[in-house]
Amino acid sequence: MITNLLIMKRFIGFVRKEFFHIFRDRRTLLILFGMPVVQILLFGYAVTNEIKEAKIAILDHAKDEVSREAISKILASGYFILESDLHSEKEIEPAFQAGRIKLAIVFEPGFGTRLIRDGKAAVQILADATDPNTASTLVTYTQAIFLDYQRELNAISSIPLTIVPDSRMRYNPEQKGVFLFVPGLIAIILMLVSAMMTSISITREKEMGTMEVLLASPMRPFQIILGKVTPYVMLSLINAIVILLMGKFVFGVPVQGSVVLLLSESVLFILSALALGILISTVAQSQQVALMLSLMGLMLPTILLSGFMFPIENMPIPLQVISNIIPARWFVVIVKGIMLKGLGLDLLWQETVILVGFTVFFMLVSTRKFKVRLE
Amino acid sequence: MMASIVATELTRTFGAFTAVDHISFSVEEGEIFGFLGANGAGKTTAMRMLCGLLSPSGGQATVAGYDIAKRPEMVKRNIGYMSQKFSLYEDLTVGENIVFYGGIYGLSRNTIRSKTAEMLEKLGLNEVRDTMIRDLPLGWKQKIAFSTAIIHEPQIVFLDEPTGGVDPVTRRQFWDLIYEAADNGVTIFVTTHYMDEAEYCNRISIMVDGRIDAMGTPEALKQQFAANSMDEVFVRLARPSAVK
Repeated sequence: MITNLLIMKRFIGFVRKEFFHIFRDRRTLLILFGMPVVQILLFGYAVTNEIKEAKIAILDHAKDEVSREAISKILASGYFILESDLHSEKEIEPAFQAGRIKLAIVFEPGFGTRLIRDGKAAVQILADATDPNTASTLVTYTQAIFLDYQRELNAISSIPLTIVPDSRMRYNPEQKGVFLFVPGLIAIILMLVSAMMTSISITREKEMGTMEVLLASPMRPFQIILGKVTPYVMLSLINAIVILLMGKFVFGVPVQGSVVLLLSESVLFILSALALGILISTVAQSQQVALMLSLMGLMLPTILLSGFMFPIENMPIPLQVISNIIPARWFVVIVKGIMLKGLGLDLLWQETVILVGFTVFFMLVSTRKFKVRLE
Repeated sequence: MMASIVATELTRTFGAFTAVDHISFSVEEGEIFGFLGANGAGKTTAMRMLCGLLSPSGGQATVAGYDIAKRPEMVKRNIGYMSQKFSLYEDLTVGENIVFYGGIYGLSRNTIRSKTAEMLEKLGLNEVRDTMIRDLPLGWKQKIAFSTAIIHEPQIVFLDEPTGGVDPVTRRQFWDLIYEAADNGVTIFVTTHYMDEAEYCNRISIMVDGRIDAMGTPEALKQQFAANSMDEVFVRLARPSAVK
């Protein structure tokens, strides 16, 4: 009992000292708390920014009063600029391929006549979905304009009228890799705080010569490591919560699934990132090296290969294979699943098992490495 | 007198390289034992083994009566250690450093408080308790680091080139602290580059290429090598070709 109490007291003293380091270093504080907020605002606004003056083409097979009025509504919205008036279907493809237009709108023959006679007419909306985000925004805008126009017409019509928009996402029909930044951002921030900050803070002790003193004390290596990483686990979790809250209240990205599950998975990911950070600190002799290794070895792959920026399906095969060994890739799937689709563990257990595997593996390797260094 | 440190044929190899080659020596309680040698002679490796930081490849040693290979955690509990970089946290105040290190060795809050007061009083540094270590001159830091390294009243304290980078006067003051600790029965095991420091030791050993080539009191060694100073003794041993 007495020894447990002693160990606990010693541990608390250690964590306290670690918090002194963190709160007294302006740069550390900035990375810890400034970075997540800046990043989420940056990504959030870069992504959700309204699209203005997108170039479009219109193919009007009807050329009647109704279609013309619809067109003028679209162009008056301010979102679109008419790049070209097309005369046949054949001209659509080249216009997309040349990148001259982002969107094409095709009115069926007799659009106005059908609408008034049958109460129903079709319009096709084609979007260049190589940039899925912009494409879906443009399509949504267009549909909204048609809906608006339909409402206007209905107000003066005796029978209910329906404009049937048929939207097609070209080149990327399923719109995979829709830029959902919040899940990816959580992965990046957690990786940044957990792995990079820990590796730097452990390397700093090595550089300062204090690590030797700690190792020559009765504290065991794992107690030292535990004392060093605990503050970062706490801060990482706070960061994750801040990002979730900002996502919800600033950008309206709600958590559909269980918050508890989401945070538990985050802790799991934090642990794997910490293990990687410890691993880096066993190799790096200076803080600079630790920083470079974390940035190049962890941050870049996390940003580029986790499926956060670029859809994994579109990557060349070798990169797809590599992406499998990046914990963030699985974590992003989990977070997306929980946040956006409201999935539970029953559907995400595979990714979770993989993440647990990574964590255990990295933990084993890093403790081994850490011991070897002492031997 | 009881022996604080006993090494018998202590050996450490790294692959094909033998860093420490069957060294044997013993250090008495309260003795100031100087551990000299050129860079790469194996001092640090030997010292790390004695501190329980590195396991020996052969031979054995006891520190404070505990076998370094079998009970390194007991060894660690009974020693103090001060590294070349004086081992205090720059961004913590003097008081916080002492509280932290005292806590690691399991001292109670009350003990730490009274020890801190006593230590600062003795060093005449009462007014810097709440000053960050980074704002203190190097000599002060080293004194505080040494006092912190023995705050838990270890039987033995290991000092790895403790006085690097300070002037001889400050060094002399530092050595007054070492003498005082030795008078209180603390065994001092110190590595150094400074030959004036070597003269301060009760007994010294000189390592060359992993072996201990000479051991004895500074006077005895000077006689043995017909040298006027420790510097000459050292040069003759470590760089035989340099002396014609």
